Amino acid sequence: MAEKQLMKGNEVIGEAAIRAGCRYFFGYPITPQNDIPAYMARELPKYDGVFLQAESEVAASNMVYGAAGAGARVLTSSSSPGISLKAEGISYIAGAELPCVIVNIMRGGPGLGSIQPSQSDYFQATKGMAHGDFHLIVYAPSNVQELADLTFKAFNVADQYRTPVMVIGDGMLGQMMEPVEFMEPIDPDELPKKEWATDGAKGREKNVINSLALDPRDLEILNERLQDKYKEIKAQEVMYDEYKMEDAEMAVVAYGTSARIATKAIDMAREAGIKAGLFRPITLYPFPEQELAATTEKIEQYLTVEMSAGQMLEDVRLAVEGRRPIEFYGRMGGMVPETDAILNKLQEMRGE
Amino acid sequence: MNEEVIMAGFGGQGVMSIGQLLAYSGMKAKLEVSWMPSYGPEMRGGTANCTVIVASEKIPSPLTTHPNSVIVMNLPSQTKFVPKVKEQGLVVKNSSLIDEKIERDDLTIIEVPANEIAEELGNTRVANMVMLGAYIAEKEIIDLDIVKNSLANVLPERHHGLIPLNEKALDRGYNLVKEPASV
Amino acid sequence: MMEKVASYPDSLTEKKFHYCPGCTHGIVHRLVAEIMDEMGIKEETIGVAPVGCSVLAYDYFDCDMHEASHGRAPAVATGIKRVHPDKMVFTYQGDGDLASIGTAEIVHAANRGENITTVFINNAIYGMTGGQMAPTTLEGQKTTTSPYGRNLKEAGNPIRMTEMLSVLDGPAFIARVSVHDPKHIRQAKKALRKAFRLQKEGKGFTMIEVLSTCPTNWGIKPQESLEWLEEYMMPVYPLDVYKDIEEVE
Repeated sequence: MAEKQLMKGNEVIGEAAIRAGCRYFFGYPITPQNDIPAYMARELPKYDGVFLQAESEVAASNMVYGAAGAGARVLTSSSSPGISLKAEGISYIAGAELPCVIVNIMRGGPGLGSIQPSQSDYFQATKGMAHGDFHLIVYAPSNVQELADLTFKAFNVADQYRTPVMVIGDGMLGQMMEPVEFMEPIDPDELPKKEWATDGAKGREKNVINSLALDPRDLEILNERLQDKYKEIKAQEVMYDEYKMEDAEMAVVAYGTSARIATKAIDMAREAGIKAGLFRPITLYPFPEQELAATTEKIEQYLTVEMSAGQMLEDVRLAVEGRRPIEFYGRMGGMVPETDAILNKLQEMRGE
Repeated sequence: MNEEVIMAGFGGQGVMSIGQLLAYSGMKAKLEVSWMPSYGPEMRGGTANCTVIVASEKIPSPLTTHPNSVIVMNLPSQTKFVPKVKEQGLVVKNSSLIDEKIERDDLTIIEVPANEIAEELGNTRVANMVMLGAYIAEKEIIDLDIVKNSLANVLPERHHGLIPLNEKALDRGYNLVKEPASV
Repeated sequence: MMEKVASYPDSLTEKKFHYCPGCTHGIVHRLVAEIMDEMGIKEETIGVAPVGCSVLAYDYFDCDMHEASHGRAPAVATGIKRVHPDKMVFTYQGDGDLASIGTAEIVHAANRGENITTVFINNAIYGMTGGQMAPTTLEGQKTTTSPYGRNLKEAGNPIRMTEMLSVLDGPAFIARVSVHDPKHIRQAKKALRKAFRLQKEGKGFTMIEVLSTCPTNWGIKPQESLEWLEEYMMPVYPLDVYKDIEEVE
């Protein structure tokens, strides 16, 4: 690893992608992710890469579809309303089993919403991105170093499973600067050749990139294959983190920016004599279901904290299966939870 | 040590730059750091601010509700942020542009005629560095030399010719606190 | 021994077309395949199939194929071409795909001078979904969604994509041809060949609009559909070369 640099989260995503061998970026301007395309526009030409500002997010996601099918490591990034538009292409990419990385730097919604940090696209990212039975692998970094590590990892995992991977952050994570160290760069020319890619059928049978199967049984077979893939992903790819959980009696469940803020509230709660800990999913899909369920042995009460009306909350409930009470604290619309409020909630739950 | 400081002023007064400089210096001093800007339309023409946290332990949140310190470059920033400062906290105030008195009496207040000093140095744009120098002198969380050595990392290359001027501005602010008589 | 003057193109698969009797898609497929054969580019070509009647084009062309979402073929082709600038990339799109849902994608691919070739089939109707009004449907033409005939006041006017795109600086070659008789088929092939050649030479965006028939959804016999095309479509969509950088140079 090289020397530490102080970098903005959004730019770190761009740098990590380039180091992962990504040479193609297709996107469309939207706040608060604009530093990502700006970084790629500045840096990719130095690597003989391609930055293209598309006419819309719809077009951008379909350019990604084409480039991914052609065998390249490719990135697109956007913020909430733009991801809604990219959903079309993402469904096709999932259906055609192509690897790519999509970044969502979330902002408040619904509609045009606000440009302030939010986590209200959890449902979209993990369950309802677009039509059809598919999932993305969803990484939720909570600091700039993790943005670098998970963006880098996302490209490898996408290729491994031939599946789109999303890195989900929010305006705060994208805009903040923190020290970061990057992985050693990968030379894309040294990556294994993708035998299925559309790069000209020279001396081989033709390749077809496609998500259409008019015969329902054929389409069911494709879906069974996807489901097998998700089963494998669930078994292999779950990531989570714990903070002060060893002796905790209460657990805050939070990811990304909310988790950072909750950490501080937990420290304050400990000072006030409350044994609180943090359970932080790093993969939102696959959700660390069994790992969270295992904590119900010791944890008496759970508090889910999100910058939304309570979306991950549903997965927390599914994992805890009613064995323990779960409460929720959230802010919406671009408001960021304050540590005091989380602390108050923990105290209130403790009957204090 | 956990220092949370908000720097605020008009867009163009360079509060983002001194924030980055402080964060970079903290990183060089092997401390944990974070820099978080306000972003969006409020940056265009209005007030800009950033939060810098420098700590000996991992930083949970890059935001703060109650900073230990504020550096305020103009009146709207003083009005907005001084009430949020922790009890017994620090205010570094640009007295060149702010006449209004601070009502709270629990705070340490350092008045820095930053624009006048910068003008004496020949460039009002280094008023931000004068303010940061004064802050560094008061808080003593990072060595002034580390801050000076970080200028080259933070300033865009086209401004590297101005590094000596920025160093002077840092010194002037620093000495204002350390050796008030000599200023 | 007699000289062989015609054979089944190598660039088409053995798969039987699903197209209706009298539909001219088959003719255009064959023309594109013949050009690929003649230029010897089958192994370096990637085709992009649209959503519409020609959605299954990936089954017919014997080269690498990529199926696109509705209207986005030029965006998908852009992605492919940027990764493989030395390969030949073409899109094959109908009028609903290109002139309605995909207007943004085609306009901007053309405007960027994206070095791809678009084969644009205009038969004045949506075929695959069952005969709905297309942006290119003629005034008064009856479809399932214009059962009283296309009313210009309510449904707007037949859109002329070729003319629109030809005013942009990006395209190298744009022409409108027809395949309703052998003479026009020969002209169509000539235009298509030129488009592919210009792409090979890296000259930029090329598009050939091909006036085509849809007897099934027009509700007339195949022979009548050829006459209908000539009598009603050609006056609204005049055949010509609208942009040719070789003429300018």
